Amino acid sequence: MSDGKQDETPVDSTPREPEGAAGEPDAGSDQPSRAQSVLREILESSTLVVIMAIVASLAIGGLLILFADEEVREAATYFFSRPSDTFQAMGDALGGAYAAMFNGAVLNLNANDFAGLIKPFTQTLTMATPLIFAGLGLGIGFRAGLFNIGAQGQLLIGATLGAYVGFAWHLPWGIHLLVAVLGCALGGAVWGFIPGVLKAKTGAHEVIVTIMLNYIALNLVAWLLTLDTFQRPDSNNPISPIVDETAQYPLILGSEFNLHLGFLLALACAWGVWWLMERSTLGFEFRAVGANPRAARTAGMNVSKAYILVMTIAGALAGLAGSAQVLGTEKVLTTATAGSLGFDAITVALLGRSRPVGTVMAAILFGGLRAAGPTLQVQAGLPVDIVFVIQALIVLFIAAPPLVRSIFRLPAPAHEKEVAA
Amino acid sequence: MRLELREITKRFGDFTANDAIDLVVEPGTVHALLGENGAGKSTLMNVLFGLYDADGGEILLDGERRVFTGPGDAMAAGIGMVHQHFMLVPVFTVAENVMLGHEQVRGPAKLLDLDAARAKVTEISDRFGFHVDPDALVEDLSVGAQQRVEIIKALSRDAKVLILDEPTAVLTPQETDELLEIVGQLRDSGTAVVLITHKLREVQAIADTITVIRRGTVVGTAEPTATQEELASMMVGRDVSMTVDKDPADPGEPMLEISNLTVIDPATQLTVLDSVSLEVRRGEILAVAGVQGNGQTELAEAILGLAEITSGDVSLDGEPLAGRSIRENLDAGIGFVPEDRTEDGVVAAFTIANNLILDLYDREPYSKRGAIDPSAVADHADEQVERFDVRTTSSQALTGSLSGGNQQKVVLARELARDLKLLIASQPTRGLDVGSIEFVHKRIIEERDKGVAVIIVSSELDEVYALADRIAVMYHGRIVDIVSPDTDRDTMGLMMAGAHGDQEEAA
Repeated sequence: MSDGKQDETPVDSTPREPEGAAGEPDAGSDQPSRAQSVLREILESSTLVVIMAIVASLAIGGLLILFADEEVREAATYFFSRPSDTFQAMGDALGGAYAAMFNGAVLNLNANDFAGLIKPFTQTLTMATPLIFAGLGLGIGFRAGLFNIGAQGQLLIGATLGAYVGFAWHLPWGIHLLVAVLGCALGGAVWGFIPGVLKAKTGAHEVIVTIMLNYIALNLVAWLLTLDTFQRPDSNNPISPIVDETAQYPLILGSEFNLHLGFLLALACAWGVWWLMERSTLGFEFRAVGANPRAARTAGMNVSKAYILVMTIAGALAGLAGSAQVLGTEKVLTTATAGSLGFDAITVALLGRSRPVGTVMAAILFGGLRAAGPTLQVQAGLPVDIVFVIQALIVLFIAAPPLVRSIFRLPAPAHEKEVAA
Repeated sequence: MRLELREITKRFGDFTANDAIDLVVEPGTVHALLGENGAGKSTLMNVLFGLYDADGGEILLDGERRVFTGPGDAMAAGIGMVHQHFMLVPVFTVAENVMLGHEQVRGPAKLLDLDAARAKVTEISDRFGFHVDPDALVEDLSVGAQQRVEIIKALSRDAKVLILDEPTAVLTPQETDELLEIVGQLRDSGTAVVLITHKLREVQAIADTITVIRRGTVVGTAEPTATQEELASMMVGRDVSMTVDKDPADPGEPMLEISNLTVIDPATQLTVLDSVSLEVRRGEILAVAGVQGNGQTELAEAILGLAEITSGDVSLDGEPLAGRSIRENLDAGIGFVPEDRTEDGVVAAFTIANNLILDLYDREPYSKRGAIDPSAVADHADEQVERFDVRTTSSQALTGSLSGGNQQKVVLARELARDLKLLIASQPTRGLDVGSIEFVHKRIIEERDKGVAVIIVSSELDEVYALADRIAVMYHGRIVDIVSPDTDRDTMGLMMAGAHGDQEEAA
């Protein structure tokens, strides 16, 4: 955007400081303007936009709860004779819904013992685990300039290979899990490598290729599950045998909780991805390729190699997300193993601004929403779809930062003004 | 029409782009607005054209106060503007472009009256000798002709004040002369012309009045008789030497040898380089001159390996370069300053520190065993920022926040940080102000004096003359001739248009 002559173009409203102005020592005395600029920086930070998007989504979600609540609708029919009833019902509905969400996702205040109290949060973390894995991989892709839609397929293929190792091979304790996890990663990596190599060698667009590979993966798994090798011997349904206990992630908080070792592995991967992107020469290449592939190429970087590696690593991480399903929570392979995880992970990565810490936090948020769904239905009598609407609203708000800014009257960052002018 | 700006002030946040600027443009004169990039010239004209709201001051036309809320108002009031980047629809004809936004219709069906537009184009074109065909597609026209279409567009709306924003940045020397001639005719016909530029030669050639702007304020006016040094020092605010001090070259043995290099563009199948042969020796600067798009870019890219060589040989210090990766060529000692620094030179979203190691990141001490050492990178950056006088608050600032000149210094600092055998610099000072140009030129000559072979690709003749020890002129992918820097401008201009310079070679 910023060409040397850019400040001479008429559509550009960004002032360019004259040469030298930036080099002058800042006057120590002008404290107010410094404080102002710090504030501006905070307001312009995208983290704030993300948080505001979540707040806005929950608020609109609240409106939907009001519409969905039967008592509110009933009370509203005689609103003008007794408005207080309506407000009472609204308060009850909202209070009930948010309490249900809290009970379902964070702490169950109705529980009798400590385990029951914290169980919802461990459930949230369990739900977040596959999203962390897949979101991390997608985040690497986004930062390298690749819009990978293929986590779904990569996850499925990884899960298939891992599950096969899990139920078909019988290896000693420890080794079995390790091999099964590596199998998941390998399966995903292969499914990521394909679009990577097609992009690098032929220029095929990764969005289209990965979408198509999702279909191929889904149908491939559906077919595999009809074969004797994969199908459970005593069943006619497309479902695999249960993976051996030696290949399952151990439960880290005991049998009362579902939280398994995969969660810790996901956190370790988050650290690994942070190191890769921020500290390693490879990550430097990835980021340079993502931010300006032409400059990266001119500086001697191998852009094709970077694309292939990024897609392969992202695929491996999506495959590990599959491991959280087949070696963790579900213990079997079905065509529904991937659910909508691969697509939710895109949201998670975007919400986390493609950074590992952000991705982990976004995944926990989404894990919480998923964990809250059943409670919302049982406790507050609300349709579970509310959760998906809130998820969708978050995506909408994230995708439209200017909208969020104008709702909350935040100043636009300089570069967006430039585009808008 | 007499245009008067009084105390125009425009602020962007804390930054004052225009600070109480007064300007009077008399009808039938050419008023040059001279200033460095970022001095506030364009902001002022955008205020006048109704694109920005001024924070203070007023605009008077023939003594009457006017307020423009948009370009439409300004155009209706008789102000026309030719932007640096043309505002034309490439797939439309000249006549269609001219009537765009002012479509005349005829008959009950309200059909577009293309004939009227055509007639208008022809009339204006004939009046000023523009030689523009109203039915030609704009995309088929040369840059100079497109600019004339922009001028016709303004004149067709009865512009009495015509603003030309950096009009010669994209023109060949011949086209520049033609434009200046047109400007002269417009002036003689009573139009007030505002010429925004940082090129001193043009100002001297055509301006009746010169106003110099620096950091948003008018620092003075000058007569066209002022010397380039006087104008330049007003612009920059200090003494500037317009000629580059350099000793005669002391060329050593050949460093880069190119023979029969041919490049065919894989996308278009056009021959962009047609059996080019040349030789650059240690300690000399070979300037490649030519109008943009005559193969110079491809020549530079082919040497580095960015463009695929179809046939021919390139060797550096006796070693063939063809078939090696860009990384291997960089490691072999090629420094490369790309033509388009924002596209190819820097990663705008990266910090200055990271841009300074964009091709050094996997070497010690910046990284060890695949891990980048942030403190080594930061130390290196601080040192280079200091050495190359990059004007920034911190080496951790984003490169995109720097001015063009400072971005170029970052590229140069990075490329010169390695031990070079060959430096290729394409348009090294494009878009830079006088002060930065001086700096960049000095550094390039220092490299030459260290024994590096240097290739400069430039479409600015001033730069070619300032730096070159020998000049290769390119036209349509071929080298027309290699001449000495005492060849005069006219001959050079002819060669850039494809005419052979045999007589000069003999001289």
